[in-house]
Amino acid sequence: MIKLEVENLAKWFGPRKVFENISFALTQGESIAIVGPNGSGKSTLLKLLIGFAFPTRGRVVFSDEGKKLDFDSYRRRLALVSPYPALYGSLTARENLDFFARVNGDLVTNEEIDQVLAQVGLEGRGEDFVAAYSSGMLQRLKYAVALLKDPSILMIDEPTSNLDEAGKKIISDLIESRRTKSLIIIATNEKEEYSLAEKLCRLGG
Amino acid sequence: MPRSSVGWVAKVIAVTRKDIVSEFRTRYALNAILMFALVTLTVISFAVGALEPSKEIMAALFWIILFFAAMSGLAQVFIKEEESGTAMILKLSSEGTVIFFGKLFFNLILLSILAVLIIPLFIVLLKTSPANWGIFLTGVILGIIGLSGATTIIAAIVSKATVKGALFTVLSFPVLMPLLVAVIEITKVAFLGGGYKEVWPPMQLIITYDVVMITLSLLLFDFVWRQ
Repeated sequence: MIKLEVENLAKWFGPRKVFENISFALTQGESIAIVGPNGSGKSTLLKLLIGFAFPTRGRVVFSDEGKKLDFDSYRRRLALVSPYPALYGSLTARENLDFFARVNGDLVTNEEIDQVLAQVGLEGRGEDFVAAYSSGMLQRLKYAVALLKDPSILMIDEPTSNLDEAGKKIISDLIESRRTKSLIIIATNEKEEYSLAEKLCRLGG
Repeated sequence: MPRSSVGWVAKVIAVTRKDIVSEFRTRYALNAILMFALVTLTVISFAVGALEPSKEIMAALFWIILFFAAMSGLAQVFIKEEESGTAMILKLSSEGTVIFFGKLFFNLILLSILAVLIIPLFIVLLKTSPANWGIFLTGVILGIIGLSGATTIIAAIVSKATVKGALFTVLSFPVLMPLLVAVIEITKVAFLGGGYKEVWPPMQLIITYDVVMITLSLLLFDFVWRQ
């Protein structure tokens, strides 16, 4: 059972205080929405939680059954869906999925890839080059990459960014299906997405 | 159903394979390296070919062409990941050592392709050939291993900077200097027809350089890659 403890986290960029005194605890099966207006530090907080940035003060600890996890241990169980990191445009969707599963240490079958593509509404588009994907399809494919990892920790930045209504429905169903399996952290400024999580962490006042 | 797991070597192969497939579809680095090498080789053959330069100069010219051609493309291995926004997801997908070795082997393959194309052209255009092919090829192999080892970590450092291209060459040059001096010495002996006894000291230096550079890069890589 994965647990995340965030204690008195603060981040300053030079003299600019982004946020401070952020504390919460979360275990696998729980979810939190980090909410706030643009520039309030939601994406920065996600980066701190992942370990891609260092806090000015405070600490972030991932543990499993009381044992502290190092970066490589929680990275293996963590999936991030965000509008910013891209996928490989010169590879097909299937090649992208196969590659990310393989470097994470999993050998996936074509059936598993087809299944996960169908889950995000991209059935029959596996052989298309990702460069030819629309931004909405790309966002769906990022969910497919995350799902294929079967993550214990799922971090989602702007969950419905670039998605149409059908896409939004698919994604909210997907998040619902992961609710008991994963520790879910969602960063959003859309009020209707607050309900995707059980807890709220408000930034920017 | 539990999935089959993939070992460390298979993960490294997956990274190299992804880069090869991606490179042959986009020609991101390959075109730059090959064009640079061909242009430099042609210019040098016109400029000094008729002068019949000494074997010592030929050896230096060969490595100058290889060095600058490598500089024009090897950094792309990480710059491409940063610029296209795939670095973050890659960092989350595998261990640093897997990424490092995957990229190192890709650079090694790229340099090997370059060497295979440059060597016959160099011989034809500059009307010279090594008298001792064994020593020449040993020098080339050790040289490109050293070039790949050093440039892979430098490319990872440079990919975070704003002025990437110029910085890559500037940072690489002092690091590669001992390697270049040693491989030029080996190549010179190969052109002049000397034996292994004469090239053993520079070969020892290169082998040590390759081992130290790859070990150091491996130790530093996680820190550089995660920033």
